[in-house]
Amino acid sequence: MSDKDSKRGGITRRSFITTMGAGVAGVAASGALFSGTSQAKAPEIHKAGEAMRITLTINDHPYVLLVEPRWTLLHVLREVIGLTGTKEGCGRGECGACTVLIDDIPRYACMTLAVEAQGHAVTTVEGLMHGEDLGVVQQAFVQKDAFQCGYCTSGQIMASEGLLRANPLPSSEEIRRGVSGNLCRCGAYTHIFEAVEAAAEMKQK
Amino acid sequence: MLPHFSYIRPETGSEAMSQLSDPESFVLAGGTDLLGCLRERIFPVRKLVSINGLAQFHGITETEDGGVRIGALTTITEVETHPLIQNRFPGLARGASEVASPQLRNQGTIGGNLCQKPRCWYYRGEFDCLRKGGSQCFAAEGQNQFHCIFGGDGICFIVHPSDTAPPLIALNASAVIAGPKGKKRQVPLEKFHVLPADDLHKETVLNPDEMVTEILIPPPPPRTRSTYRKVRARRAWDFSLAGVALAVHIEDNKVVNSRVVLSGAAPVPWRSKAVEDVIQDRELNSKTIADAAQAVVEGAEPLEHNQYKLPLFQGVMEEELLALTNQA
Repeated sequence: MSDKDSKRGGITRRSFITTMGAGVAGVAASGALFSGTSQAKAPEIHKAGEAMRITLTINDHPYVLLVEPRWTLLHVLREVIGLTGTKEGCGRGECGACTVLIDDIPRYACMTLAVEAQGHAVTTVEGLMHGEDLGVVQQAFVQKDAFQCGYCTSGQIMASEGLLRANPLPSSEEIRRGVSGNLCRCGAYTHIFEAVEAAAEMKQK
Repeated sequence: MLPHFSYIRPETGSEAMSQLSDPESFVLAGGTDLLGCLRERIFPVRKLVSINGLAQFHGITETEDGGVRIGALTTITEVETHPLIQNRFPGLARGASEVASPQLRNQGTIGGNLCQKPRCWYYRGEFDCLRKGGSQCFAAEGQNQFHCIFGGDGICFIVHPSDTAPPLIALNASAVIAGPKGKKRQVPLEKFHVLPADDLHKETVLNPDEMVTEILIPPPPPRTRSTYRKVRARRAWDFSLAGVALAVHIEDNKVVNSRVVLSGAAPVPWRSKAVEDVIQDRELNSKTIADAAQAVVEGAEPLEHNQYKLPLFQGVMEEELLALTNQA
């Protein structure tokens, strides 16, 4: 199962073990599991502090999880599943470090309840990997030296990835706007803009 | 970590409304404002009713009369980029494009944008302020550089944070509001927000068991131009320091009708009748525009640290009217 997992969507052996350690049932078989919520049943109230069972699709893997209603997607990604590529910066929608894609659209995982991500496809920076190889936007960030400390980088990469999925050849103004929801305290902005431009070109090939 | 709350996600509108009749419940849509309020414990919330499963409140459609209906759950990005909005109501498309950041626009909804809680730092901070049931407004004598110049009435000096409400009000839009037992009412957005003098403890006319389900924009009169301009320090995230939404109907070079609404000015989106009166039936020449710039701050009551807003509003009004005359 771990071999199979490591080939799909880039979950490494380490994160897989972390995942199991956190008591999460990683479900191997895909298909059938995408139905997510149980549409047939009348909605039930989930009490405060009580764990509820949800299925999240993260980087094409279905995860069956027990979560409290108040847990954010960011908390579940990092602390429950162990996908620590997504960073917590401000925790209040004002920095962009926690940017993930939900149905290909960049959003802040800190401002999204995990339970609300049910039935949607979540992509984190780990999901851009091809096995042990970096994805295109990641490669471009390395090539263009688009970071110093690197803390904001996974958020920058996910905002850029989302931009390029919606708009494969953005203008420089569109690039600036596309990553305007991501702060970089090192001030690597010009290199980030160059990296997105380079990634757009690389994706064309 | 957010405080504890219970959670339900109804699958029908009537189920959602019956859940909202519980006085401890709150509507969860995009969550970009609500989760922040929960995190900072601004007000107690014991139960969230997620309306995100209700597809009927999502999307933009043309109405039979040539206007537009926007479901309350439509995201700000969808409003910003929809061809109907861009072509017919450019002021609203511009307003939506100026909201927060790309991620927040992708998540935040038009209904939520109209129902935002105030951003006054005393309200959002650990201050037992008047609006939160305390005994004093800390902004009155404190740090008030981002506070209002109209409509505070010596009580509470918040500004309404929405960038979509001013253009919507300029375009004469209404909110459709659903209530308990299938009740529905329609309120012009101009009358949707509440001044501190009328009720200090709510920002909108919504009752706790009601929610906005859609926004209706009537067809624009021919030759109406709509714009929105927002001034702020940073190009992302910041709320309006001074903003102007215009919907101006010009015939034979003269203003036949206009609606002028300010952001960053008052506890509600602030309709500037003074400017509307000054430009009525006049050509938008330099004299008219100078008079409008004077009129926009008529009756303003700035506080100690926000006096800069007066020349700022004057400049923005001047520039926006000039830009309007330069449009073909």
